[in-house]
Amino acid sequence: MAANPMTQFEVYRIGPEIKVGAFDISFTNASLFMVISSLAILIIFNLGSKKNSILPNKIQLLAELSYSFVSKMISDTAGSKAKPYFSFIFSLFMFVLFCNMFGMIPYTFTVTSHIIVTFILAAFIFIGVTVIGFIKHGFGYLKLFVPSGVPIVLLPLIVVIEIISYLSRPISLSVRLFANMMAGHTMMKVFGGFVVSLGIVGGWLPLSFSVALTGLEILVAFLQAYVFAILTCIYLNDALNLHH
Amino acid sequence: MFKKLFLYSLIANFFFAKKIFAAKSGGMPQLDPEFWISQIFWLVLTFGVLYIVLSKLILPKISANLELRKSQIQENIEAAEKQRESSEAKLKEFDGIILKSKIEAKNIFKDSREKVIKNINSKKEILDNQIDDEIKKAEVEIDTLRQSAPEKINKIAVVTSAEILKKLIGAEVNNSSISAIVDDLVKKNGDKYYGH
Repeated sequence: MAANPMTQFEVYRIGPEIKVGAFDISFTNASLFMVISSLAILIIFNLGSKKNSILPNKIQLLAELSYSFVSKMISDTAGSKAKPYFSFIFSLFMFVLFCNMFGMIPYTFTVTSHIIVTFILAAFIFIGVTVIGFIKHGFGYLKLFVPSGVPIVLLPLIVVIEIISYLSRPISLSVRLFANMMAGHTMMKVFGGFVVSLGIVGGWLPLSFSVALTGLEILVAFLQAYVFAILTCIYLNDALNLHH
Repeated sequence: MFKKLFLYSLIANFFFAKKIFAAKSGGMPQLDPEFWISQIFWLVLTFGVLYIVLSKLILPKISANLELRKSQIQENIEAAEKQRESSEAKLKEFDGIILKSKIEAKNIFKDSREKVIKNINSKKEILDNQIDDEIKKAEVEIDTLRQSAPEKINKIAVVTSAEILKKLIGAEVNNSSISAIVDDLVKKNGDKYYGH
């Protein structure tokens, strides 16, 4: 009777079909959880920034700690030049974190377990970083592919490798988040299925596994959001401070 | 019995698991492009709204709050530092005043002591001089008394011997003869009597 562990990733329409030209932009369960995550972020941070007391209350403390956490992360990895991009990285981190965390609630939908969502985010970051790099350094940005101190003989090979690694950034960034979220949720579903099929006699073992996995997945949910944001910072750092 | 049941269910489970994984290989919903456009649209919409509201409204407020708190704390620390410094200076001043007044008190004590000692000494000197004078006067008096004593005693001796003789003999004896005898005795044994 255990359901297919992949059904949790199915997208279905909520409400009527909306079409703009040839494109189907219907409101789906994925859209619902994007809206819920964004609203939750906005509500929490709005409450956290409303009053300004010298001794902050809990929600204000939460907002301010998140702010200084992301701010410190950016200044540590990308330096002070990355300050204008703080809002974007903060939104990105919070969006991914909240989507991951909402996905941990049973019967919800995990937005970030879809490759198309993570790929759009990663592609936007990749294009944005590349544009910033060319604006800041002009064609000098291409020096990124030519590391200094490399023998002339090896240079063509190195340049090819660097270009490939640069171009694979959006793929690695998006697949990392998507695969982590999908694998974790699938595994939890499989273990949940074991609990049902083994019944009251043998179900305790997979149940305890499931409990442990839940803790692990919450950790992964935070960690992947952090990794996503910090890799964005690192790419931004490459574009802002050309090291090669 | 439970062990057997557990084993059976475990074996059954593997069959089940095979079925599950077979179903899984049927396809990942993520690769179905049916709702890709919808997801992209809603992602851009929600993330765009989130970014705009956060960056325009909420984050500047949080940043301002943090700045304000930072500056306020800095101000408070500076004020506390200033007050500490001023209180330290006052403490130093206070210590100085105490030290000064201590020295003053010591000086006053010393001065008055010296004055009193001087006073006492001068008075003592005067008193000593007076006492010396008195002693000298007394000594002179004693000396004169002592010098005049033998004469008086001789006279008394002469008078008493004359009286005694008169009573014994019933006749008047010449004073001059008695005094001659006394003088003679004095001359002989005067040292013994008056112990010069």
